[in-house]
Amino acid sequence: MPALCRDCLKTFDAGKRCPECGRPRVISHPELFDLSIAHMDCDAFYASVEKRDDPSLRDKPVIIGGGRRGVVSTACYIARIRGVRSAMPMFQALKLCPDAVVVKGRMSAYVEASRQIRAMMDDLTPVIEPLSLDEAFLDLKGTARLHHAPPAVMLARLVKRMEDELGLTGSIGLSHNKFLAKVASDLDKPKGFSIIGKAETASFLKDRPVRLIWGVGGQTQAALDKAGIRTFGDLLRWEKVDLVARFGGMGERLWHLARGEDRRRVSAHAPVKSISNETTFGEDTSDVDILDGHIWRLAENVADRAKAKNKAGRVVTLKLKRSNHSALTRRVSLGDPTQIADRIYRTARGLFDQVSDEGPFRLLGVGISHLSPASTADVEGDLLDPGASLRAGAERASDSIRARFGPDAIVKGRALR
Amino acid sequence: MKLSIERSALLKAVGQAQSVVERRNTIPILANVLIEAEGDQASFRATDLDIEVVDEAPAKVERAGATTVNAVTLHEIVRKLPDGSLVTLTDDGASGRMTVEAGRSNFSLATLPREDFPVMATSEYEANFVCSAPVLRRLFDKSKFAISTEETRYYLNGVYMHIADANGGQVLRCVATDGHRLARIDADMPAGAEGLPGVIVPRKTVGELRKLLDDDDAEIAVSVSETKIRFAAPGITLTSKVIDGTFPDYTRVIPSGNTRRLEVDAAEFAKAVDRVATVSSERSRAVKLSLDEDRLVLSVNAPDSGAAEEELAVAYGDDALEIGFNAKYLLEIASQVDRENAVFLFNSSGDPTLMREGNDETAVYVVMPMRV
Repeated sequence: MPALCRDCLKTFDAGKRCPECGRPRVISHPELFDLSIAHMDCDAFYASVEKRDDPSLRDKPVIIGGGRRGVVSTACYIARIRGVRSAMPMFQALKLCPDAVVVKGRMSAYVEASRQIRAMMDDLTPVIEPLSLDEAFLDLKGTARLHHAPPAVMLARLVKRMEDELGLTGSIGLSHNKFLAKVASDLDKPKGFSIIGKAETASFLKDRPVRLIWGVGGQTQAALDKAGIRTFGDLLRWEKVDLVARFGGMGERLWHLARGEDRRRVSAHAPVKSISNETTFGEDTSDVDILDGHIWRLAENVADRAKAKNKAGRVVTLKLKRSNHSALTRRVSLGDPTQIADRIYRTARGLFDQVSDEGPFRLLGVGISHLSPASTADVEGDLLDPGASLRAGAERASDSIRARFGPDAIVKGRALR
Repeated sequence: MKLSIERSALLKAVGQAQSVVERRNTIPILANVLIEAEGDQASFRATDLDIEVVDEAPAKVERAGATTVNAVTLHEIVRKLPDGSLVTLTDDGASGRMTVEAGRSNFSLATLPREDFPVMATSEYEANFVCSAPVLRRLFDKSKFAISTEETRYYLNGVYMHIADANGGQVLRCVATDGHRLARIDADMPAGAEGLPGVIVPRKTVGELRKLLDDDDAEIAVSVSETKIRFAAPGITLTSKVIDGTFPDYTRVIPSGNTRRLEVDAAEFAKAVDRVATVSSERSRAVKLSLDEDRLVLSVNAPDSGAAEEELAVAYGDDALEIGFNAKYLLEIASQVDRENAVFLFNSSGDPTLMREGNDETAVYVVMPMRV
């Protein structure tokens, strides 16, 4: 059976220890050198970056999140042992792990680390589909001749380089499609390297719960439960037509996934469906001026990203979270798509003014969706707001000033609130 | 209660009622129509709490009384009964059921007590006047296409009816706009309308009102207060709350200094716009108008799907101009023109354009251009 040493990257034929360096970190699998679709997921990425940059944190439980409030965005493995999970409210995390060091995220450091990892992945293959800063799909099909090594070796080299050069660790899932690669990368975290081969796919999935499927959340889960579907084995008993009748488009996907089939390509340009941003406040507020300032900053951030992506959105969404964590969303369709911060802000502000709840609120979010190319954006003027086109022009002018002299070269007074 | 009524009269009354009731509502009584029988007529009342419609029809009343039943169900039953049949409605008040009998068909419907039915409070109206059906029809038909559906600007979700000064006199005026186009329609001032407060008549009310206006000879009594408007046609009364908001100052939106004048056959123009717009699959399809010396070229260029061009002979004698519009808006305003040529008045490619029928100033449309 083909085998690979994760430390010295030597390939050999079976064995528990590496014949070259004698270390035991050996992966062996019958299809080891035949599989080429991988999912790389960094281990507790934000927390690892913090520990790397501040060695005093190394042996302490570290939680990344917005102060004492907000939610856990990442917890290091020490904190995870105590039960802290990402997306958990901070107060709950601190109850489980009172000695945790809470670090406010340093997004610029994470973006930089992510960029370095991305550069390393670029050395492996041009077909990379990033899912977020810390995870990506890679398709290494046909790269073996170029690298003089099969994909498995190159992936082992990637995580080794990440650890040696950046001080960050990651887990690899290697399989024959995206779905299984993603499932695999989660099997043996941290510093894992898991393989799901073609031959074992059916037996591997049979007793696993369907919630492994990316995108099966609470609602789908409940619908599946109702149909008596808990495992992939349960799914296999359904005819395709019945699944489609019951779950619509999702049903067809479920039928294929139950058979370990996923024909989605690793795509370097996955379509973006929405652009949004939200912020959790230092303390709950119902102050309209403060909230208005946040609406503007979020709208501006969303517009900046839309402009960078050359996209515009036709639907503007406003999200508010009350003190008791219950959320409220309002959305409205515009006549034509927009990428202008001023329009996003005014629309979101209009939605905000219609909310009868006076707060206090703990979180505010602004987003655009139903995206289309920027060329179709902001083409229709507003009869009742003749100033709109002037403000849009002023915004484009400030954009070019900021592009030349930096993001703080010119800001709206509203942003300072 | 026991009454007999002609199927066609019942169908008309219940049809009107069931279109007012909300399809989805959480208050059961609001799905019902209130039937009241007295003297020699029956009345049918339905409401969604914003609009109330009361339809009166001659009936043979054997036992006066009142009850409420599901409006949609009753409408469906009556619709399926054979034409010309006589329908008997009976409610004994005790069983909680109303029977519907016609020929050999017999139905029994659950009722809710009439006391639970919300009847809209009567109010004092500040203006009362009479308008013929064709006049009201014109005011609302020609303006309603421009009503906004955008809920953040709720004060645009209706037609603004008010008294305005025009040509040295006063007119009864309806205005609607969604920020992209605007319609301003005037009618002669009816006697009694002087004290009319400006009101925004909601979109749904405009739709319901239309059903009262089919008869050319009908005279409609209109009553208006700050909060309500009532339209009374023979046998049917529609009362509606008006939108509580301030309609924006539309007068500054209507361009007065546009000098570039295009005159074109509206039907030919609409057909050409429709044809060239076919190649574009975008949601808001932009049509470019290129004008030069009695020549209009309509063109659409959709990079992903194709391009189209069509030339029309028109009357145009000003400087050459290129201007883009949303095809849908052009079609809608062009379809308002039915007697004379459409006259467009342009300023520049970025300014609002005005359109009217010939030199008729009583129906004016404004449309915002699109960047193309």
